[in-house]
Amino acid sequence: MTAAAEAAAQPPVLEVEGLKKHFPVKKGLLSRQSGKVYAVDGVSFHIGPGETLGLVGESGCGKSTVGRTVLRLIDPTEGAIRLSGRDVTHLGKTDMRAVRREMQIIFQDPYSSLNPRMSAGDIVGELLRVHDLGNAAEREERVAELFERVGLSRAQMKSFPHEFSGGQRQRIGIARALALNPKLIVGDEPVSALDVSIQAQVINLLMDLQQEFRLSYLFVAHDLAVVEHISHRIAVMYLGRIVEYTDKRTLFTDPQHPYTEALLSAVPVPDPRLRRKKMVLQGDVPSPINPPSGCHFHTRCPYAEARCRIESPALREIAPGHTVACHLR
Amino acid sequence: MTVQPETATAEESRRAVQPLPIRVWGGLRHFGRRSPLSAFWGCVALLIVAMAVAAPVIAPYPPLKSDFRSMQKAPYEEHLFGTDQIGRDTLSRVIHGSRTSLIVAFAAVLLGTTLGSFWGLACGFLGGRFDIVSQRIIEFLQSFPDLILAMAIAMALGSGTGTVIIAIAITRIPFGGRVIRSVVLSLKEMSFVEAARSLGASNMRIMLFHILPQCVAPYLILATTHLGVAIIIEASLGFLGVGIPPPAPTWGNMLADALNAGIVPPWWLVLFPGVAITITVLAFNLFGDGIRDVLDPRLRGAV
Repeated sequence: MTAAAEAAAQPPVLEVEGLKKHFPVKKGLLSRQSGKVYAVDGVSFHIGPGETLGLVGESGCGKSTVGRTVLRLIDPTEGAIRLSGRDVTHLGKTDMRAVRREMQIIFQDPYSSLNPRMSAGDIVGELLRVHDLGNAAEREERVAELFERVGLSRAQMKSFPHEFSGGQRQRIGIARALALNPKLIVGDEPVSALDVSIQAQVINLLMDLQQEFRLSYLFVAHDLAVVEHISHRIAVMYLGRIVEYTDKRTLFTDPQHPYTEALLSAVPVPDPRLRRKKMVLQGDVPSPINPPSGCHFHTRCPYAEARCRIESPALREIAPGHTVACHLR
Repeated sequence: MTVQPETATAEESRRAVQPLPIRVWGGLRHFGRRSPLSAFWGCVALLIVAMAVAAPVIAPYPPLKSDFRSMQKAPYEEHLFGTDQIGRDTLSRVIHGSRTSLIVAFAAVLLGTTLGSFWGLACGFLGGRFDIVSQRIIEFLQSFPDLILAMAIAMALGSGTGTVIIAIAITRIPFGGRVIRSVVLSLKEMSFVEAARSLGASNMRIMLFHILPQCVAPYLILATTHLGVAIIIEASLGFLGVGIPPPAPTWGNMLADALNAGIVPPWWLVLFPGVAITITVLAFNLFGDGIRDVLDPRLRGAV
C-alpha cells in the first residue's frame, strides 16, 4: 500500500473545510473599510498521519495565509479547522495554548525567525518553558537531544544565532518545532531561502523525522521540484482557491487544470537538447482585492471560453482522488 | 543521503564560556578600535563625571564663599579662573556647576527617555486607537521647540532642581516614544515573534523576552545622545533665570551673573562656564554617536 493510500485510510490529523480569510482594506482618516483582500477564498483539504500535503502556487496566491490560518496565527473569516477531529476554529486563548503543542511551524527566513538575543538552546527550549514542562535539567537534556536529532552538536546550544549558517539556523528552527512531538508541522517555504545543496539536506532531514515520528506536514512552497520530492499529495492554489488537488504522481504525469499545466511546463529540465512544448502564461496574477468574475484563471487561460468568464467552476472529482476546478475537464 | 553534523569550532565554544568581565573588556577594546575618536570623548565624559563626583575635594574654594580681598579679578595664581563681582572663585564654581548639570541631565534623560520608551513600547505593541491618540499627543509635545516647552513647564511649576528635571524630562518623552515605537513596529513583524506566538507564548512573554531586549540598544543610544541636549537646556534655563535659583553654582547661572557684571562682561566670567558647557555637550554627543555606530550597524556611515 502506498503511503498516500495508507494515510487516506486513517482519520486525518488535519481537516480544513471551506476556509476563508478576507483582509479588510482600510482607507482614510476614519479607517473606513473600502474593500477586501480575498486572500483565501474557500479552501478545503485534509492531511493524514505521516502524510505530506504540498501547497503550491504563485506568490500572493494565499498559500502562506492558509498555513498561518491553520495554526490560528491569523483568525479565519469563515470555515472550519479540525485537528485530530477536534474543531479548533473558535478556541479561546487558553484552550488554544494546549492545542499549540500539537502543531508547529517552520519559517521561510532562517534569519528573522530566530531571536538574535537568545542562545540557540534557549530558542529551542522556549516551548518547554512556555508550557512549564520539567525542571531546568530535564529541559536542557531534551534540548540537547533535539540538537543531536537535527544534526547539531550539544556544544552549540550556548551559541547565538549569528554564529550559525543558514542551514544550521533552519535546523534550529526545526528542532524548535519538534520540541513537544507535535502531530502537524506547517512548513512555510522552509527551504526556499537556502542554497540548493543545503535544501537537499534539510528536506532529507524533514523526511527522516517524518518517518521517525509519523509527522504530518503541510508544506507550502513554490518550488515544484522540492514539492515533488517531499509531498504525497499536492494542492495547487490560484488566487485564494485550490484549482487542482491530487496525489503527486497524477499531478506530475496527468495535470488536468490549465494552470497546473503551465506551472509544470515552467519547471526547468536538466537536459539542454530536450525541446518541449512550452506553455507560458501572459500577464500577472490579478489583484486579490478585485478578483476576476467566473473562473479566477480565465484572464490568463489559453483555453478560456465564454462560460469561464461568467460561471465559477466548482472542484469536481474527475477520477478517484483527483479533483479539478475547471469547466473544460 | 546522511545528515552531516556541522560541529562547533574551538573558537566558537571558547567564546561562549568566557566570563563576563573578560567579555566586557573585550567589548570596550572593540569599541576603542572601531571608533577611537568616540572612545576619546567617552573618556572625557568619564572625566567630567569624575569631576562632578569629587567636586568638594578638587575645588580649591567652597563655591559660595566670597573673597572680599579679590573681587572681579582676572585669573592669577590664587584664583586660576579669576573671581566674579562678589569675589567667588570661578574655578570652584565651574567644578561644582558640573554636579548640577550632570545630575539634572542624567535624571531628566533617565526619566524622560525611559517614560517615552515605555510609552513607545506600548504604542508599538498595542497599536490601534491607543497608538493613534498617543502619537497625536507626542506630536503636540514635539511641535514646541524644546527650550520654549521646558521654560513654560519650569515657569508653571515654580523654580527648583526637581522642576527643572521634570521640565527637561517632558521634552525628552517624544523622542523615546517615537524611536522605540518604530523599533517595536519593525520587530513585531519579524517571524521570531510569530514563532513565539505559535508556541503559545503570552503577549507579556513576547513583550518581555522577545521585544524588550532588542530595545535596549536603541534606548542606550537615545539616552546618551540626549544627555548633551539636556545639559544645554538646563544651562539655557539657568541663563534665562527660570532654572535652579541663583546662589547655586550652575553654568547657566554663572553666564547670567556675568551679564550683570558690566556692559561688557569680563572675559573669564563668560569663557570658563561657556567652555565647560561646550566640552561637556560635545563629549556626550560624540560618545553617543560612537555607541550608535557600534550598536547599530544599520546607521554606520550615516550622518
